[in-house]
Amino acid sequence: MRTGKTGKTGKTGKTTRAAKAGRTVRGPGGSSFRLDVRAAVVVALLLLLALAASVLLIGTGDFDIPAADVLKTLVGRGDPGQEFIVNELRLPRVLVGLLVGGALGVGGALFQAISRNPLGSPDVLGLGQGATAGALTMIVLFSGSSAQVTAGALVGGLVTGLAIYLLAWKRGVHGYRLVLVGIGVSAIVTAANGYLLTRADIVDASRAVVWMTGSLNGRDWDQVWPLLALCAVLVPFVLTKGRALRMMEMGDDVSYALGVRVERVRALLMVAAVLLTAAATAAAGPVSFVALTAPQLARRLTRSPGPNLLPSLCMGAALLVSADWISQRAFGADQLPVGVVTGVLGGVYLLWLLVTERRAGRI
Amino acid sequence: MSAGAGTRRGPEKQRSNVNRLTAENVTLAYDQRVIAKQLSVEIPDNSFTVIVGPNACGKSTLLRALSRMLKPSEGRVLLDGSVIQSTPAKQVARTLGLLPQSSIAPDGITVGDLVGRGRYPHQGLLRQWSTEDERVVQESMAQTGISELAERYVDELSGGQRQRVWIAMALAQQTPLLLLDEPTTYLDIQHQIDVLDLCAELHEEQGRTLVAVLHDLNHAARYATHLIALREGKIIAEGAPKDIVTADLVERVFGLRCQVIDDPETGTPLVVPAARKARGAVTGTPERAAAAKAS
Repeated sequence: MRTGKTGKTGKTGKTTRAAKAGRTVRGPGGSSFRLDVRAAVVVALLLLLALAASVLLIGTGDFDIPAADVLKTLVGRGDPGQEFIVNELRLPRVLVGLLVGGALGVGGALFQAISRNPLGSPDVLGLGQGATAGALTMIVLFSGSSAQVTAGALVGGLVTGLAIYLLAWKRGVHGYRLVLVGIGVSAIVTAANGYLLTRADIVDASRAVVWMTGSLNGRDWDQVWPLLALCAVLVPFVLTKGRALRMMEMGDDVSYALGVRVERVRALLMVAAVLLTAAATAAAGPVSFVALTAPQLARRLTRSPGPNLLPSLCMGAALLVSADWISQRAFGADQLPVGVVTGVLGGVYLLWLLVTERRAGRI
Repeated sequence: MSAGAGTRRGPEKQRSNVNRLTAENVTLAYDQRVIAKQLSVEIPDNSFTVIVGPNACGKSTLLRALSRMLKPSEGRVLLDGSVIQSTPAKQVARTLGLLPQSSIAPDGITVGDLVGRGRYPHQGLLRQWSTEDERVVQESMAQTGISELAERYVDELSGGQRQRVWIAMALAQQTPLLLLDEPTTYLDIQHQIDVLDLCAELHEEQGRTLVAVLHDLNHAARYATHLIALREGKIIAEGAPKDIVTADLVERVFGLRCQVIDDPETGTPLVVPAARKARGAVTGTPERAAAAKAS
């Protein structure tokens, strides 16, 4: 009976699975690569969306520039007046937006995969609040320059990440404990932030509140380069660990049995995720919900299990730049920080997620 | 250099008739709670070894130590002569497989994909899916009788089918040694026998060495070629079931009075617990008797 049924149906199983797990590409020297076609298409479309939104965003402002002119200027064939607006004023802002969105998307995907919980994203775990605490300290106590505020946010995020990891450690870090400890840390840091705000005078306080909402206003090349360098190092590193992370979805025991050095991979990836999130937050403030929603949306588009790192990255970038464009289009330039739009979109998305999951009987 | 090589060769030669997986004087503990002290175990090559014992006797802990999930606080576990913790993780994973009690099927994964993940220790960044991988996955699914389920989602399957999928994944790992932690828990009797038959098949036809923790002593006695009886972290007896399973042993290990008769189907020992009246009101473990007396 056990072997009787395999003959005919084995073949259909094979073809369907090939469609599911993706196509195998064979290279020279016995090398082979797996390509999930659907995921690749999703990545390409999201990239296209992010770039299109970027071009529109560059064209948007007090002085509107048509998309065609934006493209012309970007390849170095525009007129000098537009060149200044595009290359010096608006391009860095959009690049920061793309990088921040991408970093938050991939950081969120990493945290959610490590905690095995869609709520285990950096916003919920208190990394955003930690970075805010660092920034507020600089703004309120030292009236620091914007570079000092950025540094403060970076340090705040890193310290919070380390604290969460150490507090959640008990013979390894496990999902639920990580989320619960993170929520606890988040509550404490939020209280500290509230206290700092009450101590601030009105000028510092309004500066702090704008920072806390998350905004891309006034970002220039000085913010682009460090963020780009960090992403250029961390993203490829993280992607090489994607397969190990995929195994870790099945529980620590199974992944140990398969030869994944679970605790080491987890620690390395957490460091990478904390760095990415803290750097993104330092550059644009705690833009809410991108880290939470991007991986979940990406996953629903690719319909593939696993951490979906690259799709999450592209989704984060596309989301943030689109949200920034919406905020500028709908409310006029510099009126509404991008964090408000992502917050509204993210909140709606979260409710939708809860409703559909409840219908599916999973909550 | 040559002297060093010479001294090295000595113990390795000795080792040629030593079993591949052994634990030497291991002390196993979770934080401060010591489960077993100075325990030494050898898993005979090509055996179907079953570890039995009462709840909390340390049988699963021993299996965790043998599969390097738990680092012994003293002593060492040797796989092919080298300490298992200092052997590269993927190399261990190509020699020794484990079916743990708790495993999570990722949302929306198909049976074929899940079984395919068993190939991880054979893959690398530049070798993500070879034709060999494909062949082994097909073979593992055929062996466990789940080929027709390949495109189904794992969440849709029954408990018995799901256990087969996990076993298939462990098989796809192609390890000569396979450890199973209570593989029959939560399954009904038909699926329990089904899983055990499959294990016996893997042992007999493919010559794999199997180590399983089982709750049911009669299943253990029927399927094991080598039985290890544990109580409070100590080995009370080990050997072929028909040599060691006696009424006296069952009483010493489980604190249960019983008769041991021949299994009418297989001739292996069959444990029949004594009737309640014959055991008296409060027989059983000394602790239980004491507790009953105290109340």
